[in-house]
Amino acid sequence: MTTITETTVAPTRLSWLTPNLLGVALLLLLGYGLVPWIGSDYLMDAVLTPFLALALAAIGLNVLTGYAGQVSLGSAAFLAVGAYAAYNLNLRLPSLPLLADIVLAGAIAAAVGIVFGLPSLRLRGFYLAVSTLAAQFFVQWALTKFGWFSNDNASGVIDAPVIRIGSLSFTSATGRYVFSLSIVAVATALTARLLASQIGRNFIAVRDHEVAAKVIGVPLLRTKLLAFGISSFLIGVAGVLWAFAYLRTVEPAGFNLDRSFQILFIIIIGGLASLRGAFIGAAFIVVFPLLLSRLGAALLGSVFDSGVLEMSQRIVIGALIIAFLIAEPRGLVALIDRAVAAARRLRSSQS
Amino acid sequence: MFDTQFLIEVLVGGLLSGVMYSLVAIGFVLIYKTSGVLNFAQGAMLLFAALTFVSLVERGTPFALALLATLAIMVALGITIERAVLRPLINQPPITLFMATLGLSYVIEGAAQLLWGTQVHGLEIGVSDIPFDIAGVFISRFDLFAAAVAGSLVALFTLFFRYTRTGLAFRAVADDQFAALAVGLRLPRVWAAVWTAAGIVALVAGLLWGARLGVQFSLSLVVLKALPVLVLGGFDSITGAIVGGLLIGAIEKLAEVYVGPFFGGGIEAWAAYVVALALLLVRPSGLFGQKLVERV
Repeated sequence: MTTITETTVAPTRLSWLTPNLLGVALLLLLGYGLVPWIGSDYLMDAVLTPFLALALAAIGLNVLTGYAGQVSLGSAAFLAVGAYAAYNLNLRLPSLPLLADIVLAGAIAAAVGIVFGLPSLRLRGFYLAVSTLAAQFFVQWALTKFGWFSNDNASGVIDAPVIRIGSLSFTSATGRYVFSLSIVAVATALTARLLASQIGRNFIAVRDHEVAAKVIGVPLLRTKLLAFGISSFLIGVAGVLWAFAYLRTVEPAGFNLDRSFQILFIIIIGGLASLRGAFIGAAFIVVFPLLLSRLGAALLGSVFDSGVLEMSQRIVIGALIIAFLIAEPRGLVALIDRAVAAARRLRSSQS
Repeated sequence: MFDTQFLIEVLVGGLLSGVMYSLVAIGFVLIYKTSGVLNFAQGAMLLFAALTFVSLVERGTPFALALLATLAIMVALGITIERAVLRPLINQPPITLFMATLGLSYVIEGAAQLLWGTQVHGLEIGVSDIPFDIAGVFISRFDLFAAAVAGSLVALFTLFFRYTRTGLAFRAVADDQFAALAVGLRLPRVWAAVWTAAGIVALVAGLLWGARLGVQFSLSLVVLKALPVLVLGGFDSITGAIVGGLLIGAIEKLAEVYVGPFFGGGIEAWAAYVVALALLLVRPSGLFGQKLVERV
């Protein structure tokens, strides 16, 4: 009852794709070799690019919440910090290449994350969760209040710069998709390595029992701040992708509390402490509303206007979250693993 | 020149608006105390109650009848939530329950607006907002009324907790769930009762906030105002909710008036959080929250 971190998730697998690397290679082959050639612009622009950005943000939050056990409700703030930092770096230091902008933007988000992670040294559970809301409100306020961040743009909505690396420019839907895919693939691989290292094990130790972790010599202060830093770095980079590759504008309104919850929902639905879960959850959150609007339009026709659609989306998403928590608190990943295991058993019993 | 009278006016205004935060916070505390869950859906319940009441009144239902009907609906909602959401999640860690209430808040908000529409409703509860003059300081009549309501609500709850069997059961469950189960208390029934009580608090808070802001979607965001109050007072203390509300209300108004201009205003959105955080660094369980004992 006292801590909200104990026994949250099943034993963590340190290798992130259960069977082997073959699956990853296959997915990457599909992502690079097939989708850009046969996918429509709509698919890449409205489905895959936001999916990739959200998946990366979810990985970031998963590092903090799933692995290190620190609940955060302020993810959207770090998305915003990343997006605005990259925009300002690009604007004010034009000589820097875009990739350097992105890495630096991540670093700035990490620095902000560490500052807002400081309370975690004293606070536990819900007290910490609530205190991360401070980041959410403060960042949003600062970005709208001080014109400097948006280069004194009157509307507060600014065009994101074109993604260009060297002489290559990624302006088409395909280009932006491929760019996002590359960034997300590299970031995911690095995160997977990191989580498999001593640092990752420290995160899990802190999550499972803070006092016990301290007793066996895990440096609490460094581990927690590192978790906040890495998490915010990843979320910041995701923010750059979200603003530059998907929306192509930078505006504070898109980074509100609902976005924070959305990312939290992704890791709950997908599965806490699982990189695969972040991708599966993000896919679900992106595809599901599209399906629902199609379904609604097909079934109810004209009655189903946008207001009704939005409300029923809220209801269905909320209900699904509750249903998921009841049916499988470990998320879609656990569901899939169970299905695979059942299929294997079936096959072995037949042979 | 420093204007003392103005300071007092700001302070009193802040304290009184703090009472409104306390009203929301009490709903949270009730549920946190007895089930260890931070109920994020409290704001949605507030919206739902206010919206149901207003819509009934607008459709010509007499005031008292509408109040009774809304009360009945909130009771039904509390029982439904216990059956459909809490009971299947018994024995899950609190974080799972918290996320369930997040989902719940989406469902309730969506349902409320799907049922009653998204337009803004005015709500008149028969208390005018005319300020009156006490020793040269202007105080809003409405704020005083809200404070009186909050005060009687707290008194009622205190009596209820102390002198009734159900209240005793609440306290037992809050103290130790397993021990309460062991002596034969029915946890589901206690939870249903607690959620019903929280629903009633939501109704009262919803009517007061609705009368002040108009009944609309943003009413559910009042939660975000109540959270720093909870953090400051401690999640499991009704006294804490009251004191925290008063403190936050006063600090918010004072900060807005005296510190705000240095930042160009609008700091109300986060000032409360910063104050609550600063206090938490000294007292990690709030002013009145139960201390955490950890064992390996």
